[in-house]
Amino acid sequence: MYEIVKARRLAENIFLCDVKAERVAKHCEPGQFVIVRTDADSERIPLTICDYDVKEGTVTIVVQEIGASTKLMSSLKEGDCFHDFTGPLGKPSELIETPIDELKKKNIVFIAGGLGTAPVYPQVKWLHEHGVDADVIIGAKNKDLIILEEEMKAVAGNLYVTTDDGSYVRKGMGTDVLKDLVNGEGKHYDLCIAIGPMIMMKFVCLLTKELGIPTIVSMNPIMVDGTGMCGACRLIVDGKVKFACVDGPEFDGHLVDFDQAMRRQAQYRTAEGKAMLALEEGDTHHGGCGNCN
Amino acid sequence: MYNVIPDIFMKKENEMQTDVLKKVPVREQDPQVRAHNFDEVCLGYNKEEAMAEASRCINCQNAKCITGCPVAINIPAFIAQVKEDNIEEAAKIIGESSALPAVCGRVCPQESQCEGKCIRGIKGEPISIGKLERYVADTAREMGIRPTPNPNKKGKKVAVIGSGPAGLTCAGDLARAGYDVTVFEALHEAGGVLVYGIPEFRLPKEAVVKKEIENVKALGVKIETNVVIGKSTTVDELMKEEGFSAVFIGSGAGLPKFMGIPGEQALGVFSANEYLTRNNLMKAFKENSSTPIMRGKKVAVVGGGNVAMDAARTALRLGAQVHIVYRRSEEELPARVEEVHHAKEEGVIFDLLCNPVEILEDENGWVKGMRCIRMELGEPDASGRRRPVEIPGSEFEIEADTVIMSLGTSPNPLISSTTEGLETNKYGCIVASEENGATTKQAVYAGGDAVTGAATVILAMGAGKAAAKGIDEFLSGK
Repeated sequence: MYEIVKARRLAENIFLCDVKAERVAKHCEPGQFVIVRTDADSERIPLTICDYDVKEGTVTIVVQEIGASTKLMSSLKEGDCFHDFTGPLGKPSELIETPIDELKKKNIVFIAGGLGTAPVYPQVKWLHEHGVDADVIIGAKNKDLIILEEEMKAVAGNLYVTTDDGSYVRKGMGTDVLKDLVNGEGKHYDLCIAIGPMIMMKFVCLLTKELGIPTIVSMNPIMVDGTGMCGACRLIVDGKVKFACVDGPEFDGHLVDFDQAMRRQAQYRTAEGKAMLALEEGDTHHGGCGNCN
Repeated sequence: MYNVIPDIFMKKENEMQTDVLKKVPVREQDPQVRAHNFDEVCLGYNKEEAMAEASRCINCQNAKCITGCPVAINIPAFIAQVKEDNIEEAAKIIGESSALPAVCGRVCPQESQCEGKCIRGIKGEPISIGKLERYVADTAREMGIRPTPNPNKKGKKVAVIGSGPAGLTCAGDLARAGYDVTVFEALHEAGGVLVYGIPEFRLPKEAVVKKEIENVKALGVKIETNVVIGKSTTVDELMKEEGFSAVFIGSGAGLPKFMGIPGEQALGVFSANEYLTRNNLMKAFKENSSTPIMRGKKVAVVGGGNVAMDAARTALRLGAQVHIVYRRSEEELPARVEEVHHAKEEGVIFDLLCNPVEILEDENGWVKGMRCIRMELGEPDASGRRRPVEIPGSEFEIEADTVIMSLGTSPNPLISSTTEGLETNKYGCIVASEENGATTKQAVYAGGDAVTGAATVILAMGAGKAAAKGIDEFLSGK
């Protein structure tokens, strides 16, 4: 069992918590993820690591309620436990393998979309701790879904915030901000790291290809075991089959087949929808009426 | 779901077998009934049946069956105890060699091992050794007979990576020898392939696997789940920081293979590993499971091994019409004869000498069929089996909404890439001695699928056993 030592809401349906998991905390690197199960019958949910504290032996995760399993997860309180918490999984970000001197010569920009702000944070923080200040663009649908703004401000070079609906700071997508920075302000970037919904990463990659900025993305496909056993998370990268859990989750965004990845991600949408209905409507629904299938 | 199987659905076996040349038949669920449930197919012997079958054993002095068993169970000795209805003693004899008798009695390919060597089998049918082993294990469990820990401790810690058949066997043997053993399991539940791979209807999880693991724990073995070696910690750290004097790696097979044909990324194409893991480990077959599974109407399973049979029979139970598509002929099917027989009885359709060349998608990207080509057998290849060759112009299409690829696996690099001095062969499998499991790194041993590539439960157990002996010799300075 893995205790939640701290929990707070970042937004109405976004939940952050610090989980006691010493083995995971000790080996965490930016870019990695964990697999979490709330209770003994829960599904295995992959979640990116937002932060970690080796001394305290804790790992911070951020959960957005999008289905029955994540809703159950975010109903937990301080002192509650997750039944299972496995990791850190996947390869660490390439940044940490790159010599610091080389990183210092580079202009790096991160684009975080919505919940993607959580996995962007440890990378920016790591760079900051190594004397590299990267620019960060945080984009979200609206003001309520902008998370970790203060935390990011403390570790980023320049922080740019934007909302799709203009309810906070400015109106537009992360891509619009990048376009303005490069074309409008004449900024030059050597590397872009984009993490967020697949559709957002796809459009960032289309733009950065045009702008000639090498781009890394972090893929979040459907997973089951997360250790390279089942192949559920397979993607096409540069025409080859790759497993996000062991070959990734980070890949060269210009080589990822996003359309295929997005289609595969939607594979269980009907089943997920039903599970959500069952949770929300409880005994008033799913009484075996036989008409739902 | 049928919890109680009405008598009329069972194979009739009221009169006791009298023909000494034939096995006492074992009761099974009727194929028409079991094709729709996940209850165990084989119901096993009762006391009378077991004693009758045991009495067929002629207790050979030079018992060939023992040499056919990868863990060398003293088969005639335990059968002699079954004859006398002395289950406790029979269980003790098996326990000296095997930590997982209820599992082995169910999933070993006995026909090519112990039973294949049985002298009775020369003229007539061999003794039903597997079913007797299962009977002893099940009865002992029902009687509450549990193994006891060795009171003589060696005072040395050994880490075992992976809680599948190789790891559990190695851990059990080392604990019996007095070592302080901790097993590290990557998944949330112990058992490895016994839990995620082999389906409930062949190997019940709660009643059999869990109980056998409890027996291993009763020997003093500790099991830590959710630890991915190579990620959560490393082999080197286990030895340097956690005080383990030796490590056994039994981490299993690895990444599923795909064919590389067009359409393989379509929605509704799964690896057998994914399909089986969803169903077995995550219990997706249950109504209220939180893990979804695709319940196809027409399922094509590509491959001919035991895993393919398991996937096919699982899909059948989830309500599909199922085709096995295999490129060679029936004779070359790598699956156990019993599994093929059961699959056919249940209504799985075999499309043999047939190979997919393309998976066809509908306008939304979902599988709608498969284009296949007919094959014929040519000259034998490196494996000694006749090589299948395409017959030009013989393409045809089959309808399917789900395709399950069961083509074997390639080794998982998580451990080999994070352990200094651990050599792998050209396929990526860990190099280890067959005799004692020793790898190229001192104090590190390995066995099972991580060394051989995908094989059987009992071969993995044999390797775990050999490595336990190797580790004991190493740590005792022999």
